[in-house]
Amino acid sequence: MSFGPKPWHQTSWDFRAAFNFIFGGAGAGLLVIAAFSGLGGNSLRAEMLFAMALIGAGLVSVWFPIGRPLRAMNVGFNPFTSWMTRESFAAGAVFVLGLAAVWFGSTPLAQATAVAALVFAYCQGRILQAAKGIPAWRVPALGWLNFITALTEGAGLFVALSAVFGSPAKSVLAYFSLALIARGLAWSTYRGSIAKSAARPALTVLDRAGKVLVQFGTIAPLVLLLLGMLAADLSRIALPLAGIAALATGWQFKFMLITRAAYNQGFALPHLPVRGTR
Amino acid sequence: MTRWAMVADLRRCVGCQTCTASCKHANATPPDVQWRRVLDLEVGEYPAVKRAFVPVGCMHCDDPPCMAVCPSTATRKRPDGIVTIDYDLCIGCSYCAVACPYQARYKTDLATFAYGKATAAEEKRFDPKRLAVATKCTFCVDRIDAGMAKGLKPGVDPEATPACVNACITQTMSFGDIEDPHSNVSQLLAENQFFRMHEELGTGPRFYYIWDKKEAEA
Ligand code: SF4
Ligand code: SF4
Repeated sequence: MSFGPKPWHQTSWDFRAAFNFIFGGAGAGLLVIAAFSGLGGNSLRAEMLFAMALIGAGLVSVWFPIGRPLRAMNVGFNPFTSWMTRESFAAGAVFVLGLAAVWFGSTPLAQATAVAALVFAYCQGRILQAAKGIPAWRVPALGWLNFITALTEGAGLFVALSAVFGSPAKSVLAYFSLALIARGLAWSTYRGSIAKSAARPALTVLDRAGKVLVQFGTIAPLVLLLLGMLAADLSRIALPLAGIAALATGWQFKFMLITRAAYNQGFALPHLPVRGTR
Repeated sequence: MTRWAMVADLRRCVGCQTCTASCKHANATPPDVQWRRVLDLEVGEYPAVKRAFVPVGCMHCDDPPCMAVCPSTATRKRPDGIVTIDYDLCIGCSYCAVACPYQARYKTDLATFAYGKATAAEEKRFDPKRLAVATKCTFCVDRIDAGMAKGLKPGVDPEATPACVNACITQTMSFGDIEDPHSNVSQLLAENQFFRMHEELGTGPRFYYIWDKKEAEA
């Protein structure tokens, strides 16, 4: 094994860790929009159960690679500084409140679940930001990008499901459009903030993933939304496509971020030793 | 207050890896795990090529990001600055590994031995507690504590000093109390120019690299 001064890709977290951000973010985003969309009854129940299943899938996925899965409860020991502990608390709140909301069919409880889901998505962003060994992760702009893409992915999923089973409300489409624009802006802020610090191969990967996020995850869904609004007969195809594009591009970005762009700090000597002649 | 620190004089290191070997011997680390390792760096282009050997490992940071992220509180910091891992608490999530900017942490999921099957010595020293949890350089904390209990001085008395420091054939490595102005490490830093790795990250590493004499003497 040779360790040069150049950064190399981290080997500690793989696609299973990425799935936690992928499924957890989308699930949290779905909970948020479902709870405030005016949906009620069994439709709300179904959306919430699906969202919680996504979050659960993410957590199960990350549970597998931990070295000591039987000690998983120890994850809750450090709420004082660890965003992973805080994420686990937020996830607990999501499940307790969410299951109660489903059981009682209560909108206020669903909205309380949505607040917990917001905290959960925020914690996920902060988990990455606190990973100081990975220059492409440790910037505050990534925390926000991760948070906003969670909301966007959830909104995309909600729009796609609503369009398949009916037609999404105008307010939902407005929220989705805003989320898409915010995500595009968050990406550009994030890209700017890592321009100098991230390793070159990480930037290459991120630029490719970012291009997909902008072209197929921002511009294309916005155009599809517009098309759906202008031509009602197209909306049954355009809206699900827009939602899926927003979701899939967010997922590909996070997958690349964790599994391909996570180059470490490497080693750097500000001075070389002075030996013999100067 | 005592604050243990390591000083490596880069002008002296010849890259012999004796510290690496002694660490492996002292701490019975498995293959592929080097709590103390020595980088072999080549800088520049022919004919202006320079080579540097750089001992690295856990820097026992003042503000360790590995500790802040650890969800189980397995990673802690002692009042003397040594960053420790409680193998009974660690869940093996590797969050600390991605938080450490010095690539100092390891996790070995399965028992591995140098020649496949464990030798008698490996069998005797194998510690299942260290499987599937985070591990790293401890500054030979057990040697320090045991030595101090006997009234010995870490960095001065070999029995109370990290194994890598004892083993170094060129006296590249020195260990001591950075808070004591008369200690070996404080003296070395007072007489020479030094840097710390990735200082800009604000981790406050307790590993100092000497690269030249003080300017006035240079
Ligand atoms: S060098 Fe890495 S493992 Fe050691 S204290 Fe600093 S952050 Fe933690
Ligand atoms: S691997 Fe162990 S020491 Fe490292 S962050 Fe996880 S619980 Fe803490």
